[in-house]
Amino acid sequence: MRVSSSRGASAWPQRLLAALALALAAGCATTNGGDPRDPFEGFNRSMYAFNDAFDEAIGKPVATAYKSVLPDPVRGWVRNFFANLGDLFIGVNNLLQAKPSDAVNDWARFAFNTTLGLFGINDVASEMGLEKHNEDFGQTFGRWGAASGAYLVWPLLGPSTVRDTAGGLLDAYFDPVRRHDPTDARNFSVVLRATSQRADLLDASRILEEAALDKYIFQRDAHLQRRRGLIYDGNPPRESPSSRVREEPRAETAPDAPAPSDRLFDEPAASGAAVPDSTSSYEPRHPANYAAVLAAILRTAQ
Amino acid sequence: MTAASGLRAAAAAAAAAGSLFAGAADAQAILPPDVQVKNVTLEVVEIVKSDKDIQAGDRRKVVALIEAKVVPHFNFTSMTASALGIHWGKATAEQKARLTEEFRTLMVRTYASSIAAYKNQRFDFRPLRTKPTDTDVTVNVRVLQPGAEAVKIDYDMEKTARGWKVWDVRVADISLTANYRTEFANVVRESGIDGLIRTLQAKNSKLAERTPVAGGGRP
Repeated sequence: MRVSSSRGASAWPQRLLAALALALAAGCATTNGGDPRDPFEGFNRSMYAFNDAFDEAIGKPVATAYKSVLPDPVRGWVRNFFANLGDLFIGVNNLLQAKPSDAVNDWARFAFNTTLGLFGINDVASEMGLEKHNEDFGQTFGRWGAASGAYLVWPLLGPSTVRDTAGGLLDAYFDPVRRHDPTDARNFSVVLRATSQRADLLDASRILEEAALDKYIFQRDAHLQRRRGLIYDGNPPRESPSSRVREEPRAETAPDAPAPSDRLFDEPAASGAAVPDSTSSYEPRHPANYAAVLAAILRTAQ
Repeated sequence: MTAASGLRAAAAAAAAAGSLFAGAADAQAILPPDVQVKNVTLEVVEIVKSDKDIQAGDRRKVVALIEAKVVPHFNFTSMTASALGIHWGKATAEQKARLTEEFRTLMVRTYASSIAAYKNQRFDFRPLRTKPTDTDVTVNVRVLQPGAEAVKIDYDMEKTARGWKVWDVRVADISLTANYRTEFANVVRESGIDGLIRTLQAKNSKLAERTPVAGGGRP
């Protein structure tokens, strides 16, 4: 959930950097044999606990009230309005990922929804067959081969990774809602958007409570799987043969080796005899047309 | 990269436990897996939409529906084995049976909650390209909803003597069994297979004590 402060967008990068420094400091003390994808688990867990408490005290009650006060169609307008603003930079990111036809699709969505859809409150583009996409700068970095790095949980912002934090700074910088003036209207919009997003997840969070043994780990693993899927636009290669264990499992890596992951920090001490499995690396490689696209972009830029 | 998206991802994984799914349980002929998924999904959705008690939040009726229509199409032993990963081989036959039973209970319960969250979404069933010799396939379904990107549901299915059975569900690329793997491995490392069985039992009996109302509203 994004919750703004009364200060402007310009304060965000500094505060995130400060938080990152804090995270690194806290994380150093807590690397003792956990998951290699999550070297700062101690810090992350305390942030998770903070976010959870914030959600219980403010997020969930506000979202519940929002849901019970506003009728379904009105909440749909709010959801669509913010989704429409998001399509602008979803298109930019699709272009940066060398998917020009997807970018055109996203901008066509924005054009139709802003006009025929009355400032985006109606999603007429979906009815016309223009699909909604999910892209951001973190995915763009991933598409061009940036590894996700350590898992990080930010206060109020929630789960992320080193790569996605860098991407998130760009997302926030270009976010039309955050760039909106005057400040009062901006703050109202940011809170409204966060409330709308949280309200859509009330059922989901209840299911999470029921399904997870350890909510922190359940959410972390789901987040990392989801981000990986998004970078591959829904067609990630299967993780490893170990995802298919039948009655007679093959002898694999060391017994306690964690699931293969796109790890930034190898921890030989922590993972014991775990041997890095070369076949389990699944960070995206450059698309086949990388060189051609790069050349085309450079040519247009001149 | 917001908390919302993380939560959504986690919840999608949870919902995967019982993503709308079915297929004639005691069908004489073995249906192709994609046809099976489509039939069962549409059948379950039709019942959920038309049953007044389920609409009103009758939890027991939802569970009964799942037991009758959905459960027969899952191979919970394979699912549990996948969630246990490398630790599965260390369990005795009895431990495997108890783990499977507890995991199955957890899945059915979670599915009951996700059914309650169903709100008239439409489904897009993708045709499956397979060879007759295939024994391991993935059936793709997309759930379409206005104002949001489609949610992809993949059913990993294996051919058994009793027809095609689901052994993993991936919702929005989140594999259900993979998502439990770390949690299970942590518990097994700390307290062994029996510890995991106890943990799952405790979780299930805690959930059984509640009287949740379908469709949300729990504070």
